[in-house]
Amino acid sequence: MRSSKLNGNSKIIAKDFNLFYGDFQALKDINVDIPEHAITSIIGPSGCGKSTFLRSINRMNELIPSVRTTGNIFLDNENIFTQDVVELRKQVGMVFQRPNPFPKSIFDNVAYGPRAHGLKNKAVLVDIVEKSLVQAALWEEVKDNLNKSGLALSGGQQQRLCIARALAVEPQVILMDEPASALDPIATLKIEELIQNLKKEYTIVIVTHNMQQAARASDYTMVFNMYPDRSGYIIEYGKTTQVFTNPREKITEDYISGRFG
Amino acid sequence: MPRETLDSKLTQIQDEIYLLGSMVEQAVLDATNTLKTRDLKEAKRIYEEDTVINEKRFALENAIIILLATQQPFARDLRLLAAMLLVVNELERMADYAKGIAKINIKIGKSDIAIPVRDFQKMAEQSVSMLHRGLDAFLKQNPNQAAAIPQEDDIVDDLYTKIYHETIQYAIANPSQMDEANDILWIAHNLERFADRVTNICERTIFITTGELMEMSSNDDEGDVSDS
Repeated sequence: MRSSKLNGNSKIIAKDFNLFYGDFQALKDINVDIPEHAITSIIGPSGCGKSTFLRSINRMNELIPSVRTTGNIFLDNENIFTQDVVELRKQVGMVFQRPNPFPKSIFDNVAYGPRAHGLKNKAVLVDIVEKSLVQAALWEEVKDNLNKSGLALSGGQQQRLCIARALAVEPQVILMDEPASALDPIATLKIEELIQNLKKEYTIVIVTHNMQQAARASDYTMVFNMYPDRSGYIIEYGKTTQVFTNPREKITEDYISGRFG
Repeated sequence: MPRETLDSKLTQIQDEIYLLGSMVEQAVLDATNTLKTRDLKEAKRIYEEDTVINEKRFALENAIIILLATQQPFARDLRLLAAMLLVVNELERMADYAKGIAKINIKIGKSDIAIPVRDFQKMAEQSVSMLHRGLDAFLKQNPNQAAAIPQEDDIVDDLYTKIYHETIQYAIANPSQMDEANDILWIAHNLERFADRVTNICERTIFITTGELMEMSSNDDEGDVSDS
């Protein structure tokens, strides 16, 4: 079991967190502090619990009936498991691997969240949509076609639309699960540049299988591994510059050098 | 082993660095030997063949950069390749000292100045022995072997100091040979710096194995004197 505290204010703290799918323990003794206004990447071999941990941060796993957890996760020192889940997901947005815009206009995609939270004022919505699309670095490309279907955009644009949609409810944390794995290299770099800008206002946690992406785009890197019983744990957590040049753990070394996994 | 391509290319580069190291060792031994034989034709050959070493260094540098770009190594692989870039540069600069000695030999020409050949040979042999073992430690990534070598630099430094004092005394007694005496000092300086650079290679061996960049020598502060 490892407890890791890095520099900076902690935005998210996991304490003795365990997660089970039925009898199978998927996460074991996760103790970690994730700093605010930084990009933290989660890497590790397939099946070691990276996405499970990411989805725990906004309680997405609760949608799976067999899931049971022990321990706690705190957002701004508040236990997420005692919060209203709708309110939690407003604060902790999520972007998925495959861009999944709704079959609606660009405007309605971005306005969806604020409307769902009860906002009806058109002028305010217009402002939110513009601000979110600007932050997602998509505004210039779509500002004259906001009524066009979100599905008519390219893959990279769709993913930025999904980021704009997540930003529109003004979250504090954005979780990203392989956000660029379905995109071409240029679209990937756009997303990476975009999240660099977003970290000024948001805390970003990103799961990636792309080691170069973790090295390029994140400030901190969390390395997951699994025990022989296949339960996931954090083997190493540190500044990305350290993890990729001089990892402390042999398992990290082997994993990032491509010698196993 | 999912990184067979990277590993086999790394082995190739390591073999080539071995070869470059042998060329550098031979160049400095030959250059020092021609001070004894006064074979100026041989000195000219050594001087000119430095270009072969320079070309090999560039070829190696290129191969390392290609590997960095195409294999995108991390952690120890990255440290190894970064260290190799520096080591091939060190070896090329060490060869320049041999070239510099050959050039001075030609410059001294037919002068009858007494060259401290025995001490120069001792300096060269000690320096080459250090390089040989230092490069071996580097390529085998053996930090303990590397850590033991820099202290031997004292042997070379003592010989340098001895030659320095003797040459100054000689120059005072023979003021008409001041220029040649100065040339003798340059040779001593080149050999002394040659040994200093072995320490840099040893530091990189520590870097590869521990990730720590640390200074191993305390007396490597002098300016660089060589032909280049």
